[in-house]
Amino acid sequence: MMSTVLPYLLSGISVGGQYALIAIGYTMVYGILRLINFAHGDVFMVAGILMVYISASGLPLYVSIPLVLLITAAIGFTIERVAYKPLRDAPRMSVMISAIGVSYTLQNLVLYITGGLNQYYPSIPFISESVTIGTATTKMVTIVTPVLTLVLVVALVLLINHTKIGMAMRAVSKDFETSKLMGIKINSVISITFVIGSFLAGVGSLLYFTNYTTVIQTSGAMPGLKAFVAAVFGGIGSVPGAVVGAFIIGICENIIKGLDVILIKAGLSKQMMGLTTFSDAFTFALLIIILVVKPTGLFGEKTTDKV
Amino acid sequence: MMKKILAILLAVLMLVPALALGESEKVVKIGVFEPASGDSGAGGKQETLGMQYANELQPTVEIGGETYRVELVYADNGSSADKAPSAAQQLVSAGVSVVLGSYGSGVSIAGSPYFADAGIPAIGVTCTNPQVTAGNTHYFRICFLDPFQGTVLANYAYNEMGVRTAYCLAELGNDYDVGLCTYFQKAFEALGGTVIFDTFPTNNSDFTSYLSNATAIGAEVFFCPVSIAYSSQIINQAASQNVSFPILGGDTLDSNVVVEAAKGTNVKLLITTFYHEGGSPEFDEGFKAYINSNAEAMTNNGGNDMIAAVSAMGYDAYFVALEALKAAGSTDPKAVNEALWNVTYEGVTGMIAFDETGDAIRDSAYIKTANNETGEWDFVAVQTVE
Repeated sequence: MMSTVLPYLLSGISVGGQYALIAIGYTMVYGILRLINFAHGDVFMVAGILMVYISASGLPLYVSIPLVLLITAAIGFTIERVAYKPLRDAPRMSVMISAIGVSYTLQNLVLYITGGLNQYYPSIPFISESVTIGTATTKMVTIVTPVLTLVLVVALVLLINHTKIGMAMRAVSKDFETSKLMGIKINSVISITFVIGSFLAGVGSLLYFTNYTTVIQTSGAMPGLKAFVAAVFGGIGSVPGAVVGAFIIGICENIIKGLDVILIKAGLSKQMMGLTTFSDAFTFALLIIILVVKPTGLFGEKTTDKV
Repeated sequence: MMKKILAILLAVLMLVPALALGESEKVVKIGVFEPASGDSGAGGKQETLGMQYANELQPTVEIGGETYRVELVYADNGSSADKAPSAAQQLVSAGVSVVLGSYGSGVSIAGSPYFADAGIPAIGVTCTNPQVTAGNTHYFRICFLDPFQGTVLANYAYNEMGVRTAYCLAELGNDYDVGLCTYFQKAFEALGGTVIFDTFPTNNSDFTSYLSNATAIGAEVFFCPVSIAYSSQIINQAASQNVSFPILGGDTLDSNVVVEAAKGTNVKLLITTFYHEGGSPEFDEGFKAYINSNAEAMTNNGGNDMIAAVSAMGYDAYFVALEALKAAGSTDPKAVNEALWNVTYEGVTGMIAFDETGDAIRDSAYIKTANNETGEWDFVAVQTVE
């Protein structure tokens, strides 16, 4: 039984970790700005494209990887300064529409540069190698992803809970107006949030595209959407929630893809039922159920109405 | 006063190009209805390359005793059935006499009604789904069909490879993939084999679970006639999972992008296709020279001068269109449509003639395998089905 489920579980953990790294960006920005940054999935995709072009220019990996992460963080910073900051006092809907605009701009920019063709992601030694675990053979990245994700999340939680800037972030997310009055430099807090979010999306893209080796302008859409679902699932605004949500979604999705085979192997079913088709439908059905049953998500903050 | 003179002057100037055009040469427009972006962008560009090369070789055509310059009008159908209608309308309003394309059956089916309404005939180049030409009189095609291709592959897998259990994977909602898998399944089960058929959602890039499925059920072959983008990912992920079964594909997999993905791996890859390099040495040589002389063509061909079957098909389609224009003796789309029924042409991919549904009469397909060392296609066999 275990040997049947193992490969799906591995795929799920791996993709879950990658969703988690993207989901953190959604959840942090939401926590602070109450904005769903629709361009986040595209920042992830742009990081992939950057890696393709930078490594094609012949730079060694120990230069190109930090460079990609740096530029990705800079892109996140720039997007916030150009597209969201001028709208700080505008209705929240305007900022959201601006985010959708940024998303399309990035996609079309990449479409223009790549000509709409799939770009091949360079293979990164060590994490691209094959490794055998029990009965399953997979890429090293499958094992590296959850470990790296957890390390980064722990570091992030420490940063949020034990540093001055973390304290400022928590204050801003509690009460935007008051923290402004208390002398917190709102703009730099927001900028740092975007930088961290984009940096993690960059790390996520390194892991994701090492596994699924082609990048195209729409590559960010599906992972972005699923990471968003994960963030809502875990309770948007909560970093650990986003991570747990992402792993649950990644694992469930892959189990569903193999459910027919697992059921047959376990003797519970006689024939293929075509359940594989529903792997994506499942993800989004899960979102609806969570929103109906527990609107704030698994770890969501309780909203108390102030009278 | 000054303004008036200027206005008149401008008005006169605007007439000049119209006059110049009217006098100098006659132009006939051929629409290129191909994807230049999206999942099938790479294939569409290679198919277009064949037409561009043909256009460079033969830029004029004799219609009704007059020489016309042939102008290719491009419309990108974006590999998607919802973008295809606007690309089709773009060609209709450009006033083309005949349309070539598309790579991909889904987009051809989506664009078809717009050509029908405008009375413009279309020549499908590598769209292999039967529904493209069924039930209409304006869509023709020069390639073989999926029931044929599915049968060829099923026979090959069952008889030559000795496979009894096959795993099929198609993109959900893609007419081409699902159609071909279904025909394969029918033929393979008729022979006595077992087929497991899965579908994956569009934009999926994680195929590891599908590969695990195939391994778990003990499949001896993995049949995935999907777009180039998906198939190269499948090959890559199959390589890292160290799968034991060979991968089987249809004509879409015949691309240097796909064979590159198989290079340096242990994945055995077999495909059916329309043309094998070496089929017409003259075409091969000319086409390679064309690609090497043009940097943009080189990029569109995937960065090397390997010949994709779709390029050869695009080349033939262009000449079939010229034959039809000659036979019609007019640039009127309706006359071209009438003339197409009787066109016969000896192309580099074989003899082309149309039957009563507008399909090419073809009875053989090439089977090729990827050479994991050189990263090139090796010829395996010509498979014929009555």
